[in-house]
Amino acid sequence: MPFINSLPGAFAQGIIWGIMALGVYMTFRIMNISDLTVDGSIATGGVVCVMLIRQGTPVVLALVIASFAGAAAGFVTAILHTKCKIPAILAGILTQLALYSVNLRILGGKSNQPVSVDKYRLLVSQRFVRDISVIKNPLPVLLLITAVIVLLIYWFFGTEKGCSIRATGGNAAMARAQGINTEANIIIGFMIANGLVALSGALLVQYQGSADVNMGRGAIVIGLAAVIIGETVFKNIFRNFALMLTGVVIGSVIYYLVLQITLQLGLNTNDLKLVSAVLVALFLSVPNMKKGVRHA
Amino acid sequence: MLEIKNLKKIFNPGTINERVALNGIDLTLNDGDFVTVIGGNGAGKSTLLNVVAGVFPVDEGTIIVNGTDITGLQDFKRASIFGRVFQDPMMGTCPSMLIEENLALAVRRGQKRGLKWGISEKEREEYRKLLQMFDLGLEDRLNNKVYLLSGGQRQALTLLMAVIKKPEVLLLDEHTAALDPKTASKVLKMTQMAISESNLTTLMITHNMKDALEYGNRLIMMDSGKIILDVRDGEKERLTVNDLMGLFSVAKDSMLLTK
Repeated sequence: MPFINSLPGAFAQGIIWGIMALGVYMTFRIMNISDLTVDGSIATGGVVCVMLIRQGTPVVLALVIASFAGAAAGFVTAILHTKCKIPAILAGILTQLALYSVNLRILGGKSNQPVSVDKYRLLVSQRFVRDISVIKNPLPVLLLITAVIVLLIYWFFGTEKGCSIRATGGNAAMARAQGINTEANIIIGFMIANGLVALSGALLVQYQGSADVNMGRGAIVIGLAAVIIGETVFKNIFRNFALMLTGVVIGSVIYYLVLQITLQLGLNTNDLKLVSAVLVALFLSVPNMKKGVRHA
Repeated sequence: MLEIKNLKKIFNPGTINERVALNGIDLTLNDGDFVTVIGGNGAGKSTLLNVVAGVFPVDEGTIIVNGTDITGLQDFKRASIFGRVFQDPMMGTCPSMLIEENLALAVRRGQKRGLKWGISEKEREEYRKLLQMFDLGLEDRLNNKVYLLSGGQRQALTLLMAVIKKPEVLLLDEHTAALDPKTASKVLKMTQMAISESNLTTLMITHNMKDALEYGNRLIMMDSGKIILDVRDGEKERLTVNDLMGLFSVAKDSMLLTK
């Protein structure tokens, strides 16, 4: 039963990428800006985490620093966008491109670096994904981290500051008329979002046991897939914001399950990017095409 | 008190599309003045309001509110001074947020926004009472998202947001132009009510001559970036729509002559 056997792995991957998807949800849906920094910042989170752990930094501290590194990347994109008036998509691409070199430097000039669970204390590892020990198995830890993040996002966007960021994304002209510094809010939003993305990258490298400079390629597509799958599937069920966020994480898990199925059907891993792109295109277009039919 | 001195604004200077939007505006609004602003398309009315609100910077001149020069202040930093309602009903509210959240944003205008919860139970009660006064049936829909509202309801909500925290000056940019006549008159009545209640200093652009004469204690007419008529009180009361139309055509003729 190879499919059943692959389920725990798909779940774990889905949850880790789900944390990244929450970051994408923040920029794409709440702030109404497509931030393409994520392809770079997820790798930044990963490489920073791996290098720190290899130097003996405690894993939790490494996660925190990796998240801050991601936030710094978000800061750069936001500054390019708000202060230098570069269109957001281009600003994200610029940062992402620059980060490739930065990430290579962090990796010490190599394109990948291992972080073995045998040598270091890691929070999550693929090796134990079918282990019955609650401590060793990565799934309980990942579920706990995700739950905490969902609650934190839920809380933050209910605060005065969070509300003002939602207003910035919903209607910037109105936000400014209400005395909201929209540029500052975009900067804060991008920093938090990319911090989450980098945290996801930092968990991913531990899970996989290595960081690769190319690990972020196409990450934005996976993030969008998760957001859109989550919204499409749970739109009519979840109205509460915290549940919507949970839906995004579940969307990411669904995405990985679908990928597993396609792999079982005989496609190989080289085809994954093509499959991902087709999946996202389908999920993006089907709701619109349905609408079109109704109008015709 | 709002003092505007020699305000100039040129769009696309030095290009073929150069347009003088404001050509030396001098205007002083005393506390409690309710000024209606009329003028043809391109006369500079909306530019005047936008420049006062800080949406774009001026090329020359100063804007002073209660003795403080705010000419160089960014728009969001002077938002606590002004309440604004726009022509486009979509512009004044955040569609993806709840009615109560929109109001809560407005109440915090000019305050630092921190990590306190964005809205309190006490506020909700207050909003319900305020909306009840407007009689639009919105008081029971506080937790509806704003995109569910009609244009008129959104304009009413925007108006409430503009005055909920008493502004020094209320800026109304043809705020009833996009509404059907019945809703427009309702929103105008609400506007009058809100203005009288707090004795708000107001600048209201309108294309409706009748409204321009009926409302406010003072009327100014703009043309080609200048104020060409400024009447108040008794003098304004004696004006008729025909008088205004006459002045309009004179303005149009002079514009043709100078071109």
